[in-house]
Amino acid sequence: MSDYALNSEKGSFSLCAADRKIILATQQGLPLVPQPFDLLSEQLGMTADEVIARMQRMLDAGIIRRIAAVPNHYKIGYKANGMTVWDVKDEYIQEVGKMIGDLSYVSHCYRRPRFLPEWPYNFFAMVHGRERSEVEDRVLEMAEMLGDKFRQRDILYSSRILKKTGLRLDGGRRSGQPAKPVRTAEMASAQQNSSQIIGKGS
Amino acid sequence: MDAIDKVLVNQLQDGIEVCQQPFAKIAAQLNISETDVVRRLRRMREDGVLSRFGPMYHAERMGGSLTLAAIKVPAEDFDRVADIVNSFEEVAHNYEREHEFNMWFVVATEKPEQIADVIEQIEAMTGLRVYNMPKEEEFYVGLRFEL
Repeated sequence: MSDYALNSEKGSFSLCAADRKIILATQQGLPLVPQPFDLLSEQLGMTADEVIARMQRMLDAGIIRRIAAVPNHYKIGYKANGMTVWDVKDEYIQEVGKMIGDLSYVSHCYRRPRFLPEWPYNFFAMVHGRERSEVEDRVLEMAEMLGDKFRQRDILYSSRILKKTGLRLDGGRRSGQPAKPVRTAEMASAQQNSSQIIGKGS
Repeated sequence: MDAIDKVLVNQLQDGIEVCQQPFAKIAAQLNISETDVVRRLRRMREDGVLSRFGPMYHAERMGGSLTLAAIKVPAEDFDRVADIVNSFEEVAHNYEREHEFNMWFVVATEKPEQIADVIEQIEAMTGLRVYNMPKEEEFYVGLRFEL
């Protein structure tokens, strides 16, 4: 019955065909009606109980992080989006990750590879603020917290969203086939919505 | 947006339960109907206040793979390179940033080995080096945008 058995990071969780149908039907979002899982189950030809049970199982396994509203931070006033990058001394990376991850204004933080000498930064933290000055104040605060645990830092502001779509499973393509450049309808509309200049504040 | 919209955005970022009537709890708390809740969410999604509402899938746990990649694009070549990069379905986000490394995009594929294929194809089509910067470690974060 399971045509796909994808292994999770932790142990093995296999997604079967029914899970996959649910993922494909919801990766662009949930129907916004009072009983969205009922509507979804009708569309998929399953019972509502089955859809709910399968989605709960994916939530428990961490395959679904959460089912939630995702605000567009530009639209709600967080116009300054700074990707802050740090050259953290290797021996401090764990400690720095914990300190920075705890800050309320940091949305993601990761260790990534350096490319010396052009790219000395091994730690990335996205910092959001209403204005650039707010981002800069926060970065000064971070630098003070980190003291001599890092050597240098920079802030890369976004000036334009060139593309933004949800992460999608592809319904058809199998590995091994070339990734064809395809312009889908969703992508065209995403570009319509988002390919504008973000503005000086960003 | 009124005060009720703001509460909805603030609270629903944490997620809803998977159940028959997932909006019943917040509707009761705000003393409005579930229909009103979904009508407001629909409007905010149409206005772009919400970029989406729904399950957030964890690509790596589905067996897929994600990476962040950057290119140093010469200014005069920027639009051509952006068109090439954006034309890949596997490119989920692409941002212009003010830096010598001025194009930053996320590549998401169903199988980890496809990442390298996509990067090679982008390099071949653009003639530029792609700096592949996959996350080596993710640190816990708890951001919420408060309205």
